[in-house]
Amino acid sequence: MSCVEGLLRQPLRVWEENTLTKTLEGADGLTSIPALLHRNATKFADAPAYREKEFGIWQSWSWSEALEEIEALALGMIDLGVAEGDFVAVIGRNRPRLYWAMMSAQMCGAIPVPLYNDAAAEEMTYTLGHCGAKYVIAGDQEQVDKVMEIQEHLPQFEEMIYLDARGLRKYDHDKLRSYAQVQETGRARRDDLIADMKARIAKLDYDSTAVMLYTSGTTGNPKGVVLSNRNVIETSRTSSEFDHLRQSDDILAYLPMAWVGDFIFSVGQALWTGYCTNCPESPETMMTDLREIGPTYYFAPPRVFETQLTNVMIRMEDASKLKKRMFDHFMAHARKVGPALLDGKPVGFMDRMKYKLGDLLVYAPLKNTLGFTRVRVGYTAGEAIGPEIFDFYRSLGINLKQLYGQTEATVYITAQPDGEVRSDTVGVVCPGVELKINDTGEVYYRSPGVFVEYYKNPESTADTKDAEGWVATGDAGFIEPDTGHLRIIDRAKDVGKMADGSLFAPKYVENKLKFYPNILEAVVFGNGRDECTAFINIDLTAVSNWAERNNIAYASYQELAGHPQVLATIQSHVEETNRSVAEDEMLSGCQVHRFVVLHKELDADDGELTRTRKVRRKKIEEKFHDIITALYDGSTQISTVTEVTYEDGRKGAIKATLEIRTAAVEKVTTRMAAE
Amino acid sequence: MLDQTEGYTTADGRKIGPVVMEMKNITLRFGGVEAIKDISFDIREGEIRAIIGPNGAGKSSMLNVISGFYVPQEGQVFYQGQPRPPMKPYQVARQGIARTFQNIALFEGMTVLDNVMTGRLTHMHTGLFWQSMWKGKAEAEETVNREVAEKIIDFLEIQAIRKTPVSRLPYGLKKRVELARALAAEPSLLLLDEPMAGMNVEEKEDMSRFILDVNDEFGTTIALIEHDMGVVMDLSDRVVVMDYGKKIGDGTPDEVRGNQAVIDAYLGVAHD
Repeated sequence: MSCVEGLLRQPLRVWEENTLTKTLEGADGLTSIPALLHRNATKFADAPAYREKEFGIWQSWSWSEALEEIEALALGMIDLGVAEGDFVAVIGRNRPRLYWAMMSAQMCGAIPVPLYNDAAAEEMTYTLGHCGAKYVIAGDQEQVDKVMEIQEHLPQFEEMIYLDARGLRKYDHDKLRSYAQVQETGRARRDDLIADMKARIAKLDYDSTAVMLYTSGTTGNPKGVVLSNRNVIETSRTSSEFDHLRQSDDILAYLPMAWVGDFIFSVGQALWTGYCTNCPESPETMMTDLREIGPTYYFAPPRVFETQLTNVMIRMEDASKLKKRMFDHFMAHARKVGPALLDGKPVGFMDRMKYKLGDLLVYAPLKNTLGFTRVRVGYTAGEAIGPEIFDFYRSLGINLKQLYGQTEATVYITAQPDGEVRSDTVGVVCPGVELKINDTGEVYYRSPGVFVEYYKNPESTADTKDAEGWVATGDAGFIEPDTGHLRIIDRAKDVGKMADGSLFAPKYVENKLKFYPNILEAVVFGNGRDECTAFINIDLTAVSNWAERNNIAYASYQELAGHPQVLATIQSHVEETNRSVAEDEMLSGCQVHRFVVLHKELDADDGELTRTRKVRRKKIEEKFHDIITALYDGSTQISTVTEVTYEDGRKGAIKATLEIRTAAVEKVTTRMAAE
Repeated sequence: MLDQTEGYTTADGRKIGPVVMEMKNITLRFGGVEAIKDISFDIREGEIRAIIGPNGAGKSSMLNVISGFYVPQEGQVFYQGQPRPPMKPYQVARQGIARTFQNIALFEGMTVLDNVMTGRLTHMHTGLFWQSMWKGKAEAEETVNREVAEKIIDFLEIQAIRKTPVSRLPYGLKKRVELARALAAEPSLLLLDEPMAGMNVEEKEDMSRFILDVNDEFGTTIALIEHDMGVVMDLSDRVVVMDYGKKIGDGTPDEVRGNQAVIDAYLGVAHD
């Protein structure tokens, strides 16, 4: 049986009940998002609740102002005919008014459904049709266009409210209304409708639905995860206490609104603690806005941290010799003592002094440039983060931690407490969460955050959640015996066996590969085969910079990806990875024997990645089956044609001849025998 | 034909107003070369009017006549019903005419924001002294001007490069910044000299969208010169076609497309 099994039956670290403040269910009537909003509008009336940069200036709204805006919209929506139990889809980039729209929907007794704003129209047909959304609140013309395009497939669709009027003047306003206009009506008819709205809010309890979120779906259609007020509020409360979040905190809301994390950070925790949600001016200005706001609580997927680090390194290459030497010298020192200082471990006096000096000269200015000066709690999740990347940020004194969770758990399953942070685990169980690992190595949890159901999909609900409330994560992992930290190996369904019976965990190898700045994405194959092979995507930012520096000319991504010197570099990365994989007894069979550098970047628009940028293995295997065949039949090159979808939905094709390389592998002596 | 006084309604339902600028029998010579030969046409309020033609047809000369930079030897320019006397460029700007250039004429060392602010110059009335003191009226005035500039930056989606020096920008963005500067003057007539020259398909699509949006949102009358027939036909309400300094066609894109003289000029016929 699986070698993971031996490690499974470990006692769990159980969070002591008394460390939590006991909020009685429904105490203070705080059993819904609108109720929390009312509390904040009284308790923190004049404190900033939302900020958005617009026209070059940060505009802000206090909690009481926000409540007024939200109520006006809610009343306008009631006037429009939004009924209790209706689904209201919200599509757009992060903007305060769209967060308000979700809360307005809740005030009407309706259920907000945030959708991914970069989804193509056909993808939206499924989600909008599945929940039967009668109303859509769209950010701008782009989103309005998409809904208009598919509305004939949406018989239940009634009305759309748009935020940014630009370009919409000539549209048929039969089913279109501006956000401001709806608020206007709401304000004008306040006296007539307020009683109705209050009655609807009063009906909301801990078990009524707060929100429905669609999972990105690595396989098949997205599933609508129904989360109750209990899920959202309980999770927000315990997690806010876990990280000592406070009212004076600031966050930058820039991750997709349809993602559960954004809902919890920008709505759940923001309402529970009353901190301020800041929205960037546009997606392109995110880095500038991050610097200007200087969030105290920050969340980013590993990819963002990687990109930032890559940018820092590229810019340091261009810095003067003195600056570069200073940077190298003090960063080496930071790596030595920074994490220990952050964890409050003892560090010698001289080292402390030197760190202080480094902070003055290097760390503080660097943190300022990155926008991390004020970060008190930083999280990364979603994917594994490279140890070097993780250590880089921590050595600068940024309290970056890891978290493990999923939509079905209302985010939190495990998280790293301050002082127990490591790059290879995802932390200990969150307050209120129970964890178990079954005999196939799959991680199960039970918590107040466990979702209600998958909407209109009782079979999947039953498959995922058992009668006792235990939910399968779909991830294989184990709990470290001495620390109680959870370690995730891979997706349970992706973990397989090689032909000789040894363990195959593609993600484990892919993550190691992706830690190289030159590699953006990797997909490893090998389930049921004799040896592993891999697809690799180069990171255009890093590789093009290298090409420029070395005077290597190229005309396209494809040409750069196929350049012999690039291939040689990638080969050295693969071989280094193989050496490191070989050290792990359990997984030494997963060394990559042959690889190919792909001619196109894997993309969500082509269905190769999910919207949250996770690899869709099946899709890739089908689409590139010819390349996979070539990886295993010993050929040295393969000619292929790939269909691509442009952002506007048009399709095209890329032709390429790819070179297949063979990488050196380490001899494995201690391979676990299959029993 | 079109009604001379009232204007007309376009296929997509926009109301086009009366004539704002009229060129009557314009002839422009450089020494012995006749760049423009006896050309007449008009521009109506709120329309997108294109001037097209092969290389050397006299398009840029025509635009320079409209902008008042060249004074034609023969013929007369009427602006808002009045015959226009020869003017200095700043006088033209004060009349509410703004333009962009074929070869981009931005202040390379200045940031995007500063460049856009220079477009507001005709709207600034305080003197050098008060502006340098940054007090009273000068401060209030700059606040208003900055607001206009920011709205245009938002409109053209160039927030991310607001503080970037223009010299660091790629060509396509520079073109957009130049459009921003012209818009900052809040012109009633906007002249665009080959707004899409040297752009790739995606940049052309973006620029077309911005031109349509400007016309739609601010009601700005736009006269543009363009090389790319496809873009022009999709964008404009009416098109003037020039060849060898002469007008060979004038009308809606469909009318022009069917015009034999235009087809000959673009596809080429033997000139005897």
